[in-house]
Amino acid sequence: MLQVIRTPQVFDVAVIGSGAGGGTAVKVLTGEGLNVALLEAGPMLNPAQDFKEHVLPHQVDHRGAGAHAELYFGRQQWGYFAAPNGYWDIAGEPYSVAPGDEFRWFRSRILGGRTNHYGRISLRFSDYDFQPEDGLSDPWPVTYRDMSPYYDKAEGFIGVTGTKEGLRTAPDGNFLPAIPPRVHEVLIQKACGKLHMPCIPSRMAMLTQSIHGRAACHYCGQCGRGCQTASAFSSSQAMIFPAMKTGKLTVFTGAMARELVADAAGKVTAVSYVDKATRAERQVRCRAVVVAASACESARLLLNSKSPRFPAGMANASGVVGRNLTDSTGFSLSGYIPALAGMPRYNSDGIDGMHVYVPWWLLGNGRNAFPRGYHIEIGGGFNMPQLGSFHGPCARHEGYGKPLKDKIREEYGAFVHFAGRGEMIPNRDTYCEIDRERVDAWGIPVLKFHFKWSENEIRQAHHMRDTFTSLIETMGGRVMGPSNPGRESAGISVGGAIIHEAGTVRMGRDPKTSALNQYCQAHEVKNLFVCDAAPFVSQPDKNVTLSIVAFAWRASEYLAGEMRKGNV
Amino acid sequence: MSDDPDVSRRELLLRIGAAVSLAAMGERVLAAQDAQHVHHALAQEKASLEGLYRPKALTAHEYATIERLSGIIVPADDRSPGAVEAGAARFIDFLCAASDEMKAIYTGGLAWLDDEMRRRNHGKNFLDAPPPAQTALLDLIAWRDRAPADLAAGVQFFAWVRNMVVDAYYTSPMGMKDLGYMGNSAMAQFSVPQEAIDYAVRRSPLA
Repeated sequence: MLQVIRTPQVFDVAVIGSGAGGGTAVKVLTGEGLNVALLEAGPMLNPAQDFKEHVLPHQVDHRGAGAHAELYFGRQQWGYFAAPNGYWDIAGEPYSVAPGDEFRWFRSRILGGRTNHYGRISLRFSDYDFQPEDGLSDPWPVTYRDMSPYYDKAEGFIGVTGTKEGLRTAPDGNFLPAIPPRVHEVLIQKACGKLHMPCIPSRMAMLTQSIHGRAACHYCGQCGRGCQTASAFSSSQAMIFPAMKTGKLTVFTGAMARELVADAAGKVTAVSYVDKATRAERQVRCRAVVVAASACESARLLLNSKSPRFPAGMANASGVVGRNLTDSTGFSLSGYIPALAGMPRYNSDGIDGMHVYVPWWLLGNGRNAFPRGYHIEIGGGFNMPQLGSFHGPCARHEGYGKPLKDKIREEYGAFVHFAGRGEMIPNRDTYCEIDRERVDAWGIPVLKFHFKWSENEIRQAHHMRDTFTSLIETMGGRVMGPSNPGRESAGISVGGAIIHEAGTVRMGRDPKTSALNQYCQAHEVKNLFVCDAAPFVSQPDKNVTLSIVAFAWRASEYLAGEMRKGNV
Repeated sequence: MSDDPDVSRRELLLRIGAAVSLAAMGERVLAAQDAQHVHHALAQEKASLEGLYRPKALTAHEYATIERLSGIIVPADDRSPGAVEAGAARFIDFLCAASDEMKAIYTGGLAWLDDEMRRRNHGKNFLDAPPPAQTALLDLIAWRDRAPADLAAGVQFFAWVRNMVVDAYYTSPMGMKDLGYMGNSAMAQFSVPQEAIDYAVRRSPLA
């Protein structure tokens, strides 16, 4: 047998994955004085080299098309200027989708994970999200009251803009000052007023004031490209780099976790991983493990950690690992607003994405044709001209010459975009499992996805379409069509395309129907914790990242306490 | 810092971008020697632009045809220069050199264009035909719905050229200036001019 190289040191905790959950675990656990090993499947991040937020397209020969013009052939993964190593497809790391189903799985392979790539929308779940009143999904083992202090900590640390609004569908938090609405957002607020919808300052993880040594935002509007000043939150810059300076953290990059290794008593003793650079099998020894590899990747790791003691995979006596997979529903619509045409120019960058948004406004009105709700995200403004920015006008107006040039000038900045992000109810037909017929380039069995929207979600997406249409018309605008036709051709997003996967290692009070307890600790393996969106019992209509940070914070404090008491 | 202007130019531009953005926070300023070096590099680039450009992927004839098309698609007008001045043909040539798939679109499309013009115009290539004949042919392929079915290949090619010329123009400094884009800079505070709000609200049904 090949010699497996084990770390001589036994770390207090091995954390697998460096995104929102892993970053939080690293921050809290090293802060508690524990020695932590962090495994990341991608390379180290170097913001000064990897982030391109201040590069204009013409400063690059291919202007963002990619070294082989990939953009023009639909082969670009996440945009040349965008934060690095975010992929819809990873060479050598495939996944399967059941025949007849559609699913897209976005993965990040770099320190900081998807916190490099996400939109930084930071919404608390509501009280009714944890204890659903309609009985369509199971209650969580925690309440809003349990979580509120951890939302306070999460917001206080990562920095979230916002205002106190007193809305049950958008619980108030520990906010930094909000940022003023842009011109199109002022119009949208007025349209919402007319339609009796709230449209409130957005809650975003960008610093409108300096906190924790991170500089205040300089409003270049390119947060999606990464932020060299760390004014937009990423776990790498805000959590992991500072933890590295404590001497308590050892980072293993290019480390693809294969399985968790348990002793005879059923406790995790090591993480077995492939060192991608050498393809050598290695182990990090540890007293406890935090799995935070992203909902589906975490489920995959547990399912692949099979042994006579854990024949269905580790922490999976209940059989729920991989089940209850959800993604947010998505539908988007663009409108052309003549009132904005030819507007006096101004720098509309601000923070990337929306400055205002619409939280769910029809809670409990009893007349909805679907359960649960959605929120509305808003786009528009004088965005940086990029390759493709004007393919729309080219296709609509066609022709050439001065008439085309005049149209592009007139319409620049006169479009608005609405995107709904709603709640999907877990269903039996949507889950991931191990594809027994296929392994990745590292020999690790891959995931196979099954995904079905129910009528609940389809009706919700139709409601989005009608709502956005009436918003656009109230502004005196014309509906231009879906903003994202490729991924929403069926009138609702393809599963996974909104990149909010959750639920695959769910928590609960009953070990028969859940894998984790309320502290994200495995019922059957006391030194195993899961700290991404996998523990989430449902998929509230509020983007999951802030809650990942809050739950990981709570789990990590609990883990540190249990280790001090000798229980783990 | 490197003494090789080719290597360092882009790096310098990147640095300038970062320095300009960060200067407002007092973290970093562009060193005088860097500024001088940039000036030198830019002057060199300007000189090479004014000299003869040697296409990397296209023939001189193909390149000249693309240049002509780019001038027709985004012409100079009373407010700004056009795609010729913005170097759209160079961008397209660059991507043709970077991708065989792209190159095939252009070599094939341009050959089609010349062939079609020769049939219609006494054996003359697109470039050699008089300007009214050039626009007359483009008028047949520049609108999908109006185009004769047997010119569908030309319609597709023209859509490629139009998209990429427009891309090249509006991502150039000239094109950004034409649009009035003023973003991606450092601001101490974000604010929205009341004048712009008033303009939009007054013109909307929400006034």
